[in-house]
Amino acid sequence: MLKIGKYTFNSRLFLGTGKFPNFDIQKEAVLQSETDVLTFAVRRMDIFDPQQPNFLEKIDLKRYKFLPNTAGAKTAEEAVRIAKLADASGICHMVKVEIIGCDKTLLPDPVETLKATEMLLAEGFTVLPYTSDDVVLARKLEELGAHAIMPGASPIGSGQGIINPLNLHYIIEQSSVPVIVDAGIGSPKDASYAMELGADGVLLNTAVSGAGCPVKMAEAMKLAVKSGRLGYEAGRIPKKTIATASSPADGLLV
Amino acid sequence: MEIRINGNDVTIPENLTTIQDVINHYQFKSPIIIVEHNDHILKKEDYDQTKLKPGDHIEFVQFVGGG
Repeated sequence: MLKIGKYTFNSRLFLGTGKFPNFDIQKEAVLQSETDVLTFAVRRMDIFDPQQPNFLEKIDLKRYKFLPNTAGAKTAEEAVRIAKLADASGICHMVKVEIIGCDKTLLPDPVETLKATEMLLAEGFTVLPYTSDDVVLARKLEELGAHAIMPGASPIGSGQGIINPLNLHYIIEQSSVPVIVDAGIGSPKDASYAMELGADGVLLNTAVSGAGCPVKMAEAMKLAVKSGRLGYEAGRIPKKTIATASSPADGLLV
Repeated sequence: MEIRINGNDVTIPENLTTIQDVINHYQFKSPIIIVEHNDHILKKEDYDQTKLKPGDHIEFVQFVGGG
């Protein structure tokens, strides 16, 4: 059971909702993932096309916890405004602070992320900041009172997987709040690796929505997260530089 | 009446006098609509009591797919 702030979750897989081929595939993928947490972005409605369908029509709103992101914000103040707009919907539970500081790499702005986290905590939000894998920044976010830390595995949408497992290990080791590895996951192997490192959860989007078959990939990610977590809890064997036979040395026939 | 909606200057029919009237006018399909009126986020119960005046700026916001 994963606990973030006052919320508890059965699933350790958080699923983004962007860029699925269509709403039917998305709905099926969400179901297959068995996620409890869906992320969304906040955007203006199109007043010239007000009948545009919306994915929220397709799902049971009571079944999920909603984690809106502040994507699009470049400053802490903009992020706070987006968070407040999302909160006014009455369906949100938490907020993912996402303040991009570099258009090329989509890496987060550490200074504005810290500021926004502090401001939103003061307003009573349950705050999950998306951050780089900077160990000191993660510690400072936790010291501010962030309810979870969400370090990226690699740049958003890159599918590069975990490019600095050592940093993630340090962050996981030092954190007393949950660590959700967010962004950059490409394959089930990456999700499982994050969980084996001791992450409390994984947030991914493009790895499922951009897969050849998003529905199958959603199931694969569900199993990978479960498998990685079980492996972490079981405790893997230490790596050795010498071979050790698993068959007995006694009773040999030759 | 000339007002600004989601960054666009629009002329709305004179019979639309409240935020709720504008929402009804557009018939947005999205099940969740969030409204900001002159930089102030509105509660649902305020929609039909919030009167419009020329030059007002309104943001109609929704949730869309995102990670």
